[in-house]
Amino acid sequence: MFAYYLNLALHSLKRNKVLTALMVLAIAVGIGASMTTLTVMHLLSGDPLPGRSAHIFYPQVDASPADFTKSEPLDVLDYRSAVDLWSAHRADRQALIANSQIKVRAPDASLPPLMLNMLSTTSDFFPMFDVPFRYGQGWSAQDDARHSRVVVISSDLNDKLFHGGNSVGRTLRLKDSDARIVGVLAPWRPSPLFYDVRGGRFANGDTADFYGKPEDVFTPFYTGLEINDGNFWQFTCWHAPDKPGHLENAPCVWVALWVQLNDAPKVAAYRNFLDHYAREQKALGRFAKTHTRLRTLMQWLDFNGVVPSDVKLQTWLAFAFLAICLFNTIGLLLAKFLRRGGEIGVRRALGASRRAVFAQCLVEAGLIGLLGGIGGWLLTMLGLWLVRRQSVAYADLAHLDVGMFFTTFVSAVVVSLIAGALPALRASRIAPALQLKTL
Amino acid sequence: MTLHPILAALRRHKAGVVLIALQIALTLAIVCNAIFIIGQRIQRIQRPSGMDEKNLFLITQLWVGAPTGDDQASTDKLDSMLRTDLATLRNLPDVESATTMNTIPLINSSWTNGIRLKPDQKDATAHAAFYFGDEQMLNTMKVQLVAGRAFTAADVQHRGMRAKDEPPIIIVTQALADKLFPHGGAVGKGVYLANNTMPSTIVGVIKRLQAPSTQNWANSFFWNSVLEPVRLDANYSRYLVRAKPGRLDAAMKEVREALFATNPMRVIDDSAEHNSIESLDHIRARAYRADRGMAILMGVICVILLGVTGAGIVGLTSFWVGQRHKQIGVRRALGARKVDILRYFQTENLLIAGVGAIAGIILAVGLNLWLMHRFEMDRMPVLYVLAGVVVVLTLGQAAVLAPARRAANVPPVVATRTV
Repeated sequence: MFAYYLNLALHSLKRNKVLTALMVLAIAVGIGASMTTLTVMHLLSGDPLPGRSAHIFYPQVDASPADFTKSEPLDVLDYRSAVDLWSAHRADRQALIANSQIKVRAPDASLPPLMLNMLSTTSDFFPMFDVPFRYGQGWSAQDDARHSRVVVISSDLNDKLFHGGNSVGRTLRLKDSDARIVGVLAPWRPSPLFYDVRGGRFANGDTADFYGKPEDVFTPFYTGLEINDGNFWQFTCWHAPDKPGHLENAPCVWVALWVQLNDAPKVAAYRNFLDHYAREQKALGRFAKTHTRLRTLMQWLDFNGVVPSDVKLQTWLAFAFLAICLFNTIGLLLAKFLRRGGEIGVRRALGASRRAVFAQCLVEAGLIGLLGGIGGWLLTMLGLWLVRRQSVAYADLAHLDVGMFFTTFVSAVVVSLIAGALPALRASRIAPALQLKTL
Repeated sequence: MTLHPILAALRRHKAGVVLIALQIALTLAIVCNAIFIIGQRIQRIQRPSGMDEKNLFLITQLWVGAPTGDDQASTDKLDSMLRTDLATLRNLPDVESATTMNTIPLINSSWTNGIRLKPDQKDATAHAAFYFGDEQMLNTMKVQLVAGRAFTAADVQHRGMRAKDEPPIIIVTQALADKLFPHGGAVGKGVYLANNTMPSTIVGVIKRLQAPSTQNWANSFFWNSVLEPVRLDANYSRYLVRAKPGRLDAAMKEVREALFATNPMRVIDDSAEHNSIESLDHIRARAYRADRGMAILMGVICVILLGVTGAGIVGLTSFWVGQRHKQIGVRRALGARKVDILRYFQTENLLIAGVGAIAGIILAVGLNLWLMHRFEMDRMPVLYVLAGVVVVLTLGQAAVLAPARRAANVPPVVATRTV
């Protein structure tokens, strides 16, 4: 029966090519626009650490003076609190993070020095965030403690300096110090660059930069602080630091701490630990406030509103656009089905049930949806190509994955079936006698 | 012509009428909001930075093996390298003037701080972007001095990146002067920059100069700028160069060779993101690329939307014309002229589009309110909605024209057939 309906639908579509083309185009354009923005949205709002993000937490305490912050603690920690919390080792894993820019040269490569972003962190960073390695591995806790001159580099930097070869054991000149390469990352592109996300609530929706690439150079926390002293960036300060870039004793917040807590009792215990720490510091006179936060990774990303407002706006627009295309298709299908009143009347008179007419009309609508889906897929590819050509930090991420590929077709067919339902219902209500009289 | 027969006929096509009206309403709501967004982005892109950007270009370069700049001797060494570069640039035949600057408008590298009126004041009176440069800064940017005087060579100091002492004199923008001294007379007054305890005296006021970053976080102090007569000495330097009229390309070519001839120990590299020697036109285009992309996207969406809606009207009206073939023939046989039939369909469309437009106005305003709430958009002026109404009504009339012509061409003889 389905094959017969399909055959009828094909005939019907061929009869009025302009109308058919119009409907297919409307669905294709609507699907193309909404799938392009939905794909970008899906890429930007996804979970950067699927499966483990629920166990990753972002502790916050506040060392600033009483009138400096209001309801929320500052986005990152001051040095003293960060190191205190980290060295207490109350979590399953914990990593400190500080950002700076550093001059990098490979002594045995003939390239001019590069100014690169460096992440100074602790050994748990790599296992906690499941960072993939191409060669070698991360450093050990002993390297952290000994301030070892070791470095992990990104796959991009390895390609640039060592043509993608195994560079483990070679030396890199970081500012004025030599460091031994112990690991080379495999290509790694978390979206967003979650561990560096902060300050989103002050960005007014300009958050595209949260989707940049990871740093090219990773060093142990204290090693980085030593070799690149004077070049560290503060998030904010309540007084100007005595020596800019040297922030260990400065009234500034600039170090982030990430912890992994594997089960609920540990989370509760860590929350208590944070509160206790804040109260203790207040008693000591170092803190003016005792508010603390312990958000999960996804809560932290949410709090920072990481998805850029331009992208959200475009998504809403695309769906309004799809709605218009839907209304358009309903109108055209209505015209098409009712125009064939005579033919439907004959079928009804010859014994076709209302249900059969309804089904036949829906098959025709579904076929239009499928054709529209193909057009929509092509337009989505075009749309994503346009996104990739933009100069935004997330441009290189915009690709259609398998899930979104199937979503394109499913949504095209579903949209056309929704569009076809009302016209099909109207067509199935046609009284056979009235139509036959006028034939 | 009375409306009664049209309304009676429309009552028999409720679904189709509602669909077209809805489509027009939604199209109107989206199109006028989209055009409003385009207008806002264009306004953003076109706002003048305060500089005369024609013939201007920026050089960013890095010293190789430079002194640290942490102590006086190494700062002096960096400064002499900087001055040598400036002398080289100013001596080139195609260069009109050149200055060193820590940053310029339209690049995302900012130095911002608070300004206080009293040394013991807790909260800053205003926040501003800080520009450091020498005596050629004003005439190279060609910013307009509206009060006081420009910097002279004698005013210019030099210091390392890390030093915190502020100069005794500064120039501010009109916007900042108004913010600091609402009653005027900013020239000659002293203010406290950053955490400084010594006042800096305002010696001049310039008409306008925007903050470096064009991103939203800088919105609250976008027109507040402070100019300091200071050469900042660091391991990198930026030079803003004004080429002689029409000699921009030539000047941009010759500076690279000239700088390397003076001192080869430097990096002037071109990355994929941007060039180290870049004209202000390029810098402006790069700064506003996202806004332009959004404006183009909105424009494309508007055009496609109007196209889809127009096509929908053509399709449904064609269907109605086909359905009423016989009735049209009867009307023609009873004496209706071609133009009467044409007017009938045009009036019908105007009625439907009119109802759609009224619903659309409400939707458009609602959408704008929602955007204001959700995306901190401004209130849309009524003019945009009215323009949108005119556009959709015109679109409806244009779309109905072809089917209506076909209807008008139905011969009266049709009436005599089959019925």
